[in-house]
Amino acid sequence: MDRRTTIKWMFAAAATVPALRVHGYTAEPLARDVAANQAGYGTDPVLARDWKPGGPWPLTLGAHARLTTAALCDLIIPADDVSPAASAVGVVDFIDEWISAPYPQQRGDREIVLPGLEWMEAEAQKRFHEAFAALDEKQKSAIADDVCSPARARPEFAKAAKFFSKFRDLTAGGFYTTPIGMKDIGYTGNVPLAKFDGPPLEALKKAGLA
Amino acid sequence: MPFITSADADKNTYDVIVVGSGAGGGQTAYTLTMDGARVLMLEAGRRYDPAVETPMMQINSEAPLRGSGTPEKPFGFYDATIDGGWNVPGEPYTSASDDPARQFQWWRTRMLGGRTNHWGRISLRNGTYDFKPHARDGLGFDWPMDYADLAPYYDKVEMLIGVYGGDDDMENTPRSSKGVLLPPPKPRVSDLLVKQRAAKVGVPVIPMHRAVMTTRLDHLRLPKLLHPGNEKAQAILAADMQKRSACIWATPCGRGCSIRANYQSTTVHLPPALDTGNLDIVTDAMVREVTRRKDGRAEGVVYIDRKTGAEHRAKARIVVLAASALESVRILLNSGVANSSGKVGKYIMDTVGAGIGGQIPLLENMPLHNEDGADFGHMYTPWWLYQEQLAGKLGFARGYHFEFGGGRRMPDMGTASGLEWLNGGTYGRKFKEDARRYFGSFVYFSGRGEMIPNEDSYAELDPKVKDKFGIPVLRFHWKWSPHEIGQAAHMQKAAAEIIEAMGGKTSSRPQAGEKAIKQGGVIIHEVGGAMMGTDPKKSVTNSFGQCWDMKNLFITDGATLCSNADKNPTLTIMALAWRASDHMLGLMKRKEL
Repeated sequence: MDRRTTIKWMFAAAATVPALRVHGYTAEPLARDVAANQAGYGTDPVLARDWKPGGPWPLTLGAHARLTTAALCDLIIPADDVSPAASAVGVVDFIDEWISAPYPQQRGDREIVLPGLEWMEAEAQKRFHEAFAALDEKQKSAIADDVCSPARARPEFAKAAKFFSKFRDLTAGGFYTTPIGMKDIGYTGNVPLAKFDGPPLEALKKAGLA
Repeated sequence: MPFITSADADKNTYDVIVVGSGAGGGQTAYTLTMDGARVLMLEAGRRYDPAVETPMMQINSEAPLRGSGTPEKPFGFYDATIDGGWNVPGEPYTSASDDPARQFQWWRTRMLGGRTNHWGRISLRNGTYDFKPHARDGLGFDWPMDYADLAPYYDKVEMLIGVYGGDDDMENTPRSSKGVLLPPPKPRVSDLLVKQRAAKVGVPVIPMHRAVMTTRLDHLRLPKLLHPGNEKAQAILAADMQKRSACIWATPCGRGCSIRANYQSTTVHLPPALDTGNLDIVTDAMVREVTRRKDGRAEGVVYIDRKTGAEHRAKARIVVLAASALESVRILLNSGVANSSGKVGKYIMDTVGAGIGGQIPLLENMPLHNEDGADFGHMYTPWWLYQEQLAGKLGFARGYHFEFGGGRRMPDMGTASGLEWLNGGTYGRKFKEDARRYFGSFVYFSGRGEMIPNEDSYAELDPKVKDKFGIPVLRFHWKWSPHEIGQAAHMQKAAAEIIEAMGGKTSSRPQAGEKAIKQGGVIIHEVGGAMMGTDPKKSVTNSFGQCWDMKNLFITDGATLCSNADKNPTLTIMALAWRASDHMLGLMKRKEL
């Protein structure tokens, strides 16, 4: 079974209405609301514990929106020779945690991300009559090429480009903070050392310092 | 019984009450108890044990929101701040003005050790000019002491807490005595590149001084120097120094350090002080006021048990306020004492802050290596334009230093974000390549400058607003003068020149000073409000932090500082606290108090 078929089946399984045939988000809510009285983690949370998305506050993205999120973050950070795609290291859960958080910054980002996901979905329907996640790479890129650069985006794509920038930052932050992402990007620290040797000679040479 | 309840404290008698457990309170309690005084320390926040509570080695994907700051943890999830930040629930403060430029932001924390648990550990000495600024340029106030008065105490504090630094001796940037400092960490590539290129635009770069142990402390030599003739204190300190580890070159300092490799009051001052048996600590004790005896001297303090809401009274021969400069001001104003000069709350200062960052192509695609080092700066730029300034060439008074950073540091939400200004906006495999290419190629320069005390920056009691304990809160007035604003513009311009000299480009253009300068309080170096001086009519205390109006009331936090040099105040607060405590011990021994 190819990937696109799998994704279509996932849509079917995720649908709350059996008749869902991927018409944007009409058949199910994009996301549940964040409760108006939703608390944060407080001013004295336990620090030395592995927090998971969904722990401090409930996740809110609907099943369809999670598929769009996964497809989009994997378009931004796909698997390559060095590391897997963003969705493989929990970035979908992270983005869901972020836009479901009760704090002002995240509430503001939610107002960018949810309409943005809706736009991506509508654009996929408009251009290709398919859910965004079900598009092939070429089709997804056709949309992304129009919105990936805020400076180059045509005026009608300006809002979508703002969303894409925000979503790219969330994806990158979610990915490069994981052990796999840190290794990919070249972070080799956070290991106890008996002594700090400073930079190796080849690093100094590269910067013209030796 | 070191940690006691308020009920226990009621039954005991003490020589000294110390309000606050941070840099000032910790140093005061340490010096007093090591010399035999019985001390009760009252801390408004909860008990905190870095040995078990510090999130050592956690990475950001283990934290909610990848560790990003929120209103509940403004410096990030793992920051060693408990029940604190710009807003403390139930404990408001107010501003007299609606104009953000005229407002002051007040960072507090409610935990044992206070802000020493999370601070940047930058430990710079004031220089000779910094004690006599008015004599030099006619602005602000001179201190009732010289550098020579405080230099021995700088040495002592540095030996006790462990400070790394270089041996440079520059204008108004004094060196420590021989054998005092620990060796500085090796520079990173970015440090060396900044040094090489800054030199081309006439800007010096030298090793930073920070309270991080690059080696273990010499437990055979130092205790004898710090406590001559006091064998008990020497033994206690020698034993404690052996329990402190050197830096392991990993995990950010701002989380605190469970192995005690850097300075926090909770890991350096309080353990030996507790070992003397002379220190009792009550946490969750919110001091409301200093009470007065019939003879006009301080009787003790009234405090509220945060957990029960009950009011308690503690009495002692001496009361020391070290609650943080503005919290001590608040206690004084609420007590109605020590203010015959009318100067309590006046002349509050913060540090001038402005900065700019850039991207340096020469630092792209570096061979992989670990650049964590001692976390924050290994090197810095001391103020270098004293002579130009004296000649009137700069258009503003007083200097600043640059703290700068670069290299591949632990990824957070800022990593690989906002790259559009460099790559136009990419996705896919190209984005992953860009992320690798640019990671570690950024530098950021933070200017930290001196604010001159002025008549428009002060704190008073808000006539209406009270906190959840019913205690009147502070209302702030704030105004930067053209000196600070000119300095902020100079910071961004000078940093941009260095970035360009490194072959890089800045991520934003240098701004006008009004735009560049951070809001008052944002650098969290607030001092003043109960200045020391030589004239009881114009100051609140003498040079020992002893209140003119109440001889057994002392202030050993930043409230007494007469100026706020660009040297970051914590080391100076500790040196002053040690000196003041020696004075208290003398007065008690001579039965003058």
